[in-house]
Amino acid sequence: MSADSLTSGERSTLTDGFRVLGVAIRREPWVFTLSTLGSVLFGALTVADAWVLGWSTDHVVLPAFKDGARHQQGLTGGLVVILALFLGVALLRAVGIVARRLGAGVMQYRMQAAYRREVTRKYLELPMSWHQQHPTGQLLSNANSDVEAAWSPIAPLPMAVGTVAMMVIAVVEMVFTDLTMAGVGLLVFPLVILVNITYQRLSSPIFTRIQALRAELSEVAHESFDGAMVVKTLGRETEETERFAEKAYQLRDLGIRAGRIRAAFDPMLEALPSFGVLAVLGVGVLQVQHGNADAGDVVTIAYLLTIVSFPIRSIGWLLGEFPRSVVGFRRVHTVLDTPVTTSYGDAQLASTDTGALLEVDALGYSYVAGQTLLDGLSFDVPPGRTVAIVGETASGKSTLTSLLTRLVDPQAGAIRVDGVDLRDLAPGQLAGQVALVPQTAFLFDDTIRDNVTLSEDIADADVWEALRTAQADGFVAALPHGLDTKLGERGTSLSGGQRQRLSLARALVRRPRLLILDDATSAVDPEVEARILAAMRAATQGEGSTLVLIAYRKATIALADDVLFLEDGRIADHGTHDELLAGNPAYARLVNAYEVVQ
Amino acid sequence: MSVVESGEDISAWETIRSGLRYSPELREGFWGTLLLALLGTAGRVVVPIAVQQTLDNGVNAPGGVDTGFVTWMAIIAAIAIMVTAFSSYLMTRRLFTAAERGLATLRIRAFRHVHDLPLLTQNTERRGALVSRVTSDVDQVSQFLVFGGVLGIVSVGQVLVATAIMLVYSWQLTIVVWICFAPLFLSLRFFQKRLSDAYAVVRRMVGQMLAVISEPVVGAVVVRTHAIEARTQRRIDDSIAEYQAASTKAQGLTAFSFSLGGVSAGLANALVLIVGIWLGLDGNITSGKVLAFAFLVTLFVGPVQMGTQVLTDAQNAIAGWRRTIGILDTPADLDDPGPAGVALKHGAVDVDFAGVDFAYPTGPLVLSGVTEHLPAGSRIAVVGETGSGKTTFAKLLTRLIDPSVGQVLLDGHDLRTISFSSLRQRVVLVPQEGFLFDSTLLANALYGDLNATRDQVVAAVAELGLSDWLEGLPDGLDTRVGQRGESMSAGERQLVALIRAHLADPDLLVLDEATSAVDPNLEMRIGRAMERLMSGRTSVTIAHRLSTAEQADEVIVFDRGRVVQRGHHLALVEQGGVYGRLHASWAAQQSR
Repeated sequence: MSADSLTSGERSTLTDGFRVLGVAIRREPWVFTLSTLGSVLFGALTVADAWVLGWSTDHVVLPAFKDGARHQQGLTGGLVVILALFLGVALLRAVGIVARRLGAGVMQYRMQAAYRREVTRKYLELPMSWHQQHPTGQLLSNANSDVEAAWSPIAPLPMAVGTVAMMVIAVVEMVFTDLTMAGVGLLVFPLVILVNITYQRLSSPIFTRIQALRAELSEVAHESFDGAMVVKTLGRETEETERFAEKAYQLRDLGIRAGRIRAAFDPMLEALPSFGVLAVLGVGVLQVQHGNADAGDVVTIAYLLTIVSFPIRSIGWLLGEFPRSVVGFRRVHTVLDTPVTTSYGDAQLASTDTGALLEVDALGYSYVAGQTLLDGLSFDVPPGRTVAIVGETASGKSTLTSLLTRLVDPQAGAIRVDGVDLRDLAPGQLAGQVALVPQTAFLFDDTIRDNVTLSEDIADADVWEALRTAQADGFVAALPHGLDTKLGERGTSLSGGQRQRLSLARALVRRPRLLILDDATSAVDPEVEARILAAMRAATQGEGSTLVLIAYRKATIALADDVLFLEDGRIADHGTHDELLAGNPAYARLVNAYEVVQ
Repeated sequence: MSVVESGEDISAWETIRSGLRYSPELREGFWGTLLLALLGTAGRVVVPIAVQQTLDNGVNAPGGVDTGFVTWMAIIAAIAIMVTAFSSYLMTRRLFTAAERGLATLRIRAFRHVHDLPLLTQNTERRGALVSRVTSDVDQVSQFLVFGGVLGIVSVGQVLVATAIMLVYSWQLTIVVWICFAPLFLSLRFFQKRLSDAYAVVRRMVGQMLAVISEPVVGAVVVRTHAIEARTQRRIDDSIAEYQAASTKAQGLTAFSFSLGGVSAGLANALVLIVGIWLGLDGNITSGKVLAFAFLVTLFVGPVQMGTQVLTDAQNAIAGWRRTIGILDTPADLDDPGPAGVALKHGAVDVDFAGVDFAYPTGPLVLSGVTEHLPAGSRIAVVGETGSGKTTFAKLLTRLIDPSVGQVLLDGHDLRTISFSSLRQRVVLVPQEGFLFDSTLLANALYGDLNATRDQVVAAVAELGLSDWLEGLPDGLDTRVGQRGESMSAGERQLVALIRAHLADPDLLVLDEATSAVDPNLEMRIGRAMERLMSGRTSVTIAHRLSTAEQADEVIVFDRGRVVQRGHHLALVEQGGVYGRLHASWAAQQSR
């Protein structure tokens, strides 16, 4: 990287950093004002401390030492004033500190919360296709550490603003005390700021890289722990650790590099004001010699230099947060600024008890251009009918279910429910009538009841009925707290078959007019599956639901009135199971594979 | 470092002690760093002394203002400042290097250890929280060590140095200063406890918030298909608000405790002057000394306030450290005997279960009294209803768990005595859900054998009869599988898991419903291919599709945690019982 690109990068980071802060200030003007006032109060009173010390030196301390016991009378008064001044200043300053820090905290946490709400709302709006392209780890870090990074400069902000105020007051105070000595001070402040800015410039690219590396490290860990079963069963722990260690060592080396830069600048920032004080002493002595100043003036200016120099670093802290903040802000806005391409119409579906009519018309879909998965797929499912879709592994069946439930929109053709194109339906309409039971069950980190009802107000009796149909009532009843049993994250404490059955009950309890099962009983024992199918037949026939099954097993397929045989992205054949068995050798080969030896 | 007493801090000390044990780099050169820190700290008294000398011997010198003296003093002081600045430089460098090295070691160790934790723990413990323990928790410690650490060391050193110099100037005023700060020091304990509790709540809320935020990300399909966006958002909003409230509360407490230092400082400043004058009246002290003392008080106040801040940050960092160390302190209940362990010989493995019981901690028996011999080279099918214990059997066989009672023996060796490296090479389990890493198909297959060439992978695919499928993929072996393999169907993920297992070339292969999501035709084709490949080795297949059982040499039937039947498929069908029932319902499904 050339020095030029660094500089220009830094400049834009600086501007962007202030812009990010501007967003926060515009959104929380009152909290910002309060905390800044607190900080200015703190700054002013810190300077006042120096003034009180100078005043005490000239009016009480030095006279007392000069005159000894003769001024006892006035002295008591002077002592009381000293106590009152110092304590008063200290107490007010404490108020300033609380206002500054609490204000900064409130502002920071409010902004974090607001952005987290916005980002997660966006996650809920964005289509499945978008979700599939973004790793879980990345989305979680967008909502967590990136939001945190974006608003991290808010914490030092009031302090920095207060410091600027304090500096102005201190400089004015110096100028009024003694112009010559003030000149020295005026030389030190800009130098300290300059050194700070140089430090930020050198270190910010490193910090930006560190931030990115942290995300990468987290992604490696996330994936590795997620795939723990594979890692363990194939004994790949060492290789996984190497993968992680590579990132950890990069992080370490960058951290050390950042430390070296800091090690060089920190002592410099500390030494500058000290040199300034020495210079003030030198010049001050001359001023006193020429009668232009007294000892109290030297003390005041030296003290001012000492106390103001340290807070100047808070400006450095503020600028130091900028690279992280800008990177975080940009990452968050990548999500927030993604246009929501899913558009809704305002069509409503009639809520009747009868099954829905499903029409699939010349559907085309491909994940990769040129590799057509579904190609002119057409079929109808009349209300109340049960249709099985049968096809080889990877023939596009699961994609079809995503299209039917509008997780993705087709690239060609259309899907209609009761004659209405899915894209014309109002939000929530589809989900109210159509339910999908996916191949892989997802359970929430919540109770069994909540996993079935999804927080809707559904009577326990109905929950149990759905569980019964899904053959899940037995194991749920045997759980320690029944419906109130909490499941672990992703429901890992249940077996695959049990999770599938809960997922099925979740769909059944909503009494959908169109129910789509995507090989939803693959992990269930044949016996249990037979019972589920029998119960569902009874339940759905009573309700008159339309049923679409993706299935491999004959028993499941036999439940269907019609079977669609999917081959090469289109319907190769259709008819009843028996018709297809007799008339289509490819179909027979596929479903008859399990030969039963008697 | 500046960690004070109190019950809370005992464990804090312990955290630091074991932290140092796990990261020995932190200790390297520690005394040198400390020495440099003290030297650097000493530099901070240069200025107050210079001020005092200027006032007493320069401005108020007996013979009038003495510029020569002030010049010399300034030069000496400047040299002292430069020397101390240089030692600060060295100290910071050393501290950063030690901290970063030590924490990288801790991080990597903890990561490695997570993979050694029993799967049991990995299931109950939230994975997100495990990730944060090797990432953000360690970052917290590192940030604290390099920022707070410097400040902490410097602060304590400065308080000590300031006290020493104050004592040189006036022991009476020193006592005054300490008395003013006594209430602050005493209240620290109180505040530290509160702060520690408050930050504990904050950290818990972060974990909860992350778990809830992951719902719309990981469970996107459910959220969308059931249109529960409003409910999900409500849950997220609640957890965000709870986190916000907890953070704000902790911040308020921090602000309040921090402001106390300022009040003490004001009091100290005033009393130093008052007592100073009072002492001066008796001729015990000069005006220069009293004023220098005012500077010394700043020198004392600054680090005390800084120290309070560092202590607060320390609460956070120590909690993070504790969480990371907590991982390392969790015993891996599967101990790898390591190189000292038995190395299995190549060739078909023979397996014995000897009186095996298994129960999860605090749970009922999942498996009881299992004593079975699986001869080398046999093909065994294991069947039973959900919850009958067949998956537990597979886990015991591959040592994902250890029996509560009894032994599992491979070639006569207790599994617990076999080194992991040998075990994982010779015994491979293909789980039901094929997990894929976000990379190419090839990279995923290579998990089975890192040394395999591309051609070998292609050959393995062909041997499994999957060439057609591979050719149908957009980029063949270079096809990206998406995160967790989600760009592929569940069936395809299982195919990749099988390719891995084939490349791994084990002597004992355990398939746990490894083909449940592929179509019947393909499943049977793979089954026949696997059979060919496994000839001369031992294989155990957990299956709910009894087609597999029909092909096996022997079938073991589980029911409620016990083995109830064993024999060839045909014999068992004749026998009836549990197997007869399972088979009848399977046959009924197939004959439609």
